[in-house]
Amino acid sequence: MGMKCKKCGETAVINMRQHRLALCKDHFLEWVPQQVQRAIEKFGMFSPDERVLIAVSGGKDSLGLWDILLRLGYSVEALYINLGIPDGDYSGVSQQKVECFASERGAHLIVINVAAEFGMSIPEVARSKRGRSTCGTCGLIKRHTMNQLACEGGYGAIATGHNVDDEAAVLFQNVLHWSTGYLGRQAPVLPASHPKLARKVKPLIRLYEREMAAYALLRGIDYIYQECPYSKGATTLLYKDLLNQLEERSPGAKQQFYLSFLQARQEGRLLPDQSGAVEMGECTRCGQPTTAPDLCAFCRLWEPARID
Amino acid sequence: MKIVYRDKVWELKGRTTVRDAIRKVGLHPEAVLALRDGELITDDVIIAGDDTIKLISVVSGG
Repeated sequence: MGMKCKKCGETAVINMRQHRLALCKDHFLEWVPQQVQRAIEKFGMFSPDERVLIAVSGGKDSLGLWDILLRLGYSVEALYINLGIPDGDYSGVSQQKVECFASERGAHLIVINVAAEFGMSIPEVARSKRGRSTCGTCGLIKRHTMNQLACEGGYGAIATGHNVDDEAAVLFQNVLHWSTGYLGRQAPVLPASHPKLARKVKPLIRLYEREMAAYALLRGIDYIYQECPYSKGATTLLYKDLLNQLEERSPGAKQQFYLSFLQARQEGRLLPDQSGAVEMGECTRCGQPTTAPDLCAFCRLWEPARID
Repeated sequence: MKIVYRDKVWELKGRTTVRDAIRKVGLHPEAVLALRDGELITDDVIIAGDDTIKLISVVSGG
């Protein structure tokens, strides 16, 4: 017999040391969506009558977020981008998990296949662009696709499944490199800085990765357990590992690191808020907002390939 | 007792808490969840004998 639920005294299934809170299955499944609702309200992410596009990968965080937003009654539709990664049928399996989730709940899903849309899968683009990192290229293509779809579909916000661990790892990286530009923009809500851009929101900002895995398990969400083959050895995994070591010694350290950063910046103790400060024009080819004078980064990606 | 994680299996002897067992096999208690008979358990639970504990990674890459 382990710990008891703080709310009802039944056997707890999870102990969240940073909150000094152990909960049983029922109370945990009630608690997680409450944290999401609080984040949505506190940061003014979106209103119940706004249409939200959620980017899903088939992993625990995005599928968990989709489940929670549906339960909270938000008007949410999902976008899955098939990257065409063949290793271990990574893309095939993840698409199948996402489609299964949608059909079980009668939820609205849009699927975009990178190879069908742009003529090359992610591994193929990566091979043809040796100078760029695969993850950087993939991120660029995903952002372009999300922004375009959100603009055409008239969504008020794009939601992603980033949790405290993801944000703390990125913050750690940005601090190690003193990337002040990124530090200025890293936020739970990125306002729409151009009429063609939707607001970007991170409703899982109060939840640890561990809690999202527990939520998916307890809710019976069938998610992809396999990791993207390109994430092997990624520096964010090293930072997550270091932050977990810190968390073990000092419960709440990850949350404290991220939330006190947000607070310090908001109070002007850190850096001026640079979100939305950059001037944006429109790409001369695809028309999407860009800080570049002519072609956006996405269209420049395809340039030499098209000249060949 | 047996500790199972991905394709690895460890055999541990005696009585221990889940948290200590996770440390003994070289993993972080913050980076995994523990299941016994398919049920999620807190890491203060004492395990012994023929218990089989399945550990699930909670860390996503990238």
